Amino acid sequence: MLSFILRRILLMIPTLLVVSVISFIIIEAPPGDFMDAYVDQLLQQQEAIDPAEIDSLRLRYGLDAPSYVRYFRWLGNILQGDLGRSLEWNQPVAKLITARLPWSLAISVASFIFAYALAIPIGLYSATRQYSIGDYIFTLIGFIGLATPNFLLALLILWYYFVATGNVAVGLFSEEYLVAPWSFARVIDLLKHLWLPAVVVGTAGTAGLIRVMRANLLDELERPYVMVARSKGLSEGKLLFKYPFRIAMNPVASTIGWTLPTLVNGELLASLVLGLPTIAPLFVGALLSQDMFLAGSVVMILSSLTLVGTLFSDIVLAWLDPRIRGAI
Amino acid sequence: MTQAPLLLSVDNLATHFFSQEGILEAVDGVSFDIHAGEALGIAGESGCGKSVTAQSILRIVPKNGKIVTGEISLIQNGETVDLVQLDDRGQEIRQIRGGEIAMVFQEPMAAFSMVYTIGNQITEVIRLHQECSQDEARERAIEMLQRVGMPQPEVTIDAYPFALSGGMRQRAMIAMALSCHPALLIADEPTTAVDVTIQAQVLELMKDLQRDMGMALIVITHDLAVISELCDRVMIMYLGKDVESAPADVIFRDPKHPYTVGLLRSVPELGEGHSQELDPISGSVPSPYRRPTGCPFHTRCPEFIPDVCDVHMPPQIELGAGHRVRCHLYVQD
Repeated sequence: MLSFILRRILLMIPTLLVVSVISFIIIEAPPGDFMDAYVDQLLQQQEAIDPAEIDSLRLRYGLDAPSYVRYFRWLGNILQGDLGRSLEWNQPVAKLITARLPWSLAISVASFIFAYALAIPIGLYSATRQYSIGDYIFTLIGFIGLATPNFLLALLILWYYFVATGNVAVGLFSEEYLVAPWSFARVIDLLKHLWLPAVVVGTAGTAGLIRVMRANLLDELERPYVMVARSKGLSEGKLLFKYPFRIAMNPVASTIGWTLPTLVNGELLASLVLGLPTIAPLFVGALLSQDMFLAGSVVMILSSLTLVGTLFSDIVLAWLDPRIRGAI
Repeated sequence: MTQAPLLLSVDNLATHFFSQEGILEAVDGVSFDIHAGEALGIAGESGCGKSVTAQSILRIVPKNGKIVTGEISLIQNGETVDLVQLDDRGQEIRQIRGGEIAMVFQEPMAAFSMVYTIGNQITEVIRLHQECSQDEARERAIEMLQRVGMPQPEVTIDAYPFALSGGMRQRAMIAMALSCHPALLIADEPTTAVDVTIQAQVLELMKDLQRDMGMALIVITHDLAVISELCDRVMIMYLGKDVESAPADVIFRDPKHPYTVGLLRSVPELGEGHSQELDPISGSVPSPYRRPTGCPFHTRCPEFIPDVCDVHMPPQIELGAGHRVRCHLYVQD
């Protein structure tokens, strides 16, 4: 098992390198560079442009060098822990990201817990009581959840919350805790605000997971080994959790890996609607203004998180199913 | 030969499956007795209700199925329990499953869960039915694996089922079923999924174990050779009915029901030379959803009597000691 984990971690290194090349290419793909976008902006504001100044800025940021030189320069800096400087914000990228990443992660983790804590028991219930009234009700709710766009759900919840309490549930903190130092009360305040984006971001995923869990378990319950276990005299409950449940969890566990990045995607609209200081709006802004150091770093960090998530789901899978331990 | 005490008596058992296509009468009025230490073979084509009969005894019929009539009496230490009356999730039936009555299943590949070692799955049943520690249970499991001829039982006990060969898996399956010394072992097609060479070994093993442990045995098979190898008595089933039952030597020597006759004729014999002609039963088994009226076999029967066989279900007739047949060709003396 330990060697399995080690092998997986070693494999992450070449993957990350490939990811860095791909993210660099994607960022470079649109024509022009940050300076073109900057000039456009100045033109729109009808300010005077000094071509000499633009050229000197280009030189200063190294934008004149060929792509591969800039790639290696960028990669070299990242390896030394320097993510570069955001051209748009005129701040170190690391500072921008560290200010926002924790909130993104907090929302991701909270919606992840929300999704799995809800989906697994409901899937279990629906499968063991297939075609019961409860199963139909959960199926209906699940499909509604799957079909509702995140931002619409966010708006609806905001509206109900406002009607019910007279408060606007925007942001991650109440005003008095916004800049307060960390304390127990501040954490409680955060949790009070966190459930809303967690529900908004996690709902679609939860509905999907319920379907996956239900279908898998229904398949497994028909397997001969379930009848064998029953013929040994096991009680239904013990049998369910020891045998079919463990196998049915297998595909559910393998989705953990890509939950993290999809949560960041799903987070974008929710963050815009709810006014949350997360990575997603920052990332979109960076892409629009061709702020390559910022955009590149965000892609790298999201990719790394995906790899960590995949590693985590592989470990869970290997624990669930011994047949996987032998494979890479 | 003195008659051993009665162990299990199945009386007029009917198990039906209810689905959207209609009602499937998988087992429809089957009766038989098993005495302690006796081996009964249940034979018939696939879909005749043999496996469902076995599942009904253990009350593990799949979820659309239901026992609609009949009694299954298990007699233990002078006490009689009607298994049909028990709650199929209750404590009582769970103590009987794996404890008093154990089952060996058809496909050892699918019958073991691939995510636990065979040791885990065998000690589980031991600890369920016997008061003992984990270590003792493991000890007993190794002993049992040794007994079924598993090579290196101390090592293989920690093997996952996917790492074992088909024959070894079937041995492990038998070890698991026998680990609580059941009074009755039901083997559902125990040799169908293993190689021919392994089949002989498995049959030999089951014969030895049955003799040594003095347990009763029900062998479910479509292979009459397996029955001639193992069984004292035979019950032939066709479309959910027990068409004929008799001591094994009688049925092979003097079959009465036209279906039994046809079954025996359709078995090729070794050493008969290449000119041997097989005589298969004509036609095919009717859809179980549209069972024929009268005798279920009349659509394929060479002795068909019009206006009798297709109208009336033949009653069970006793022809000799333990030889019963359902056929209009015979009349009760």
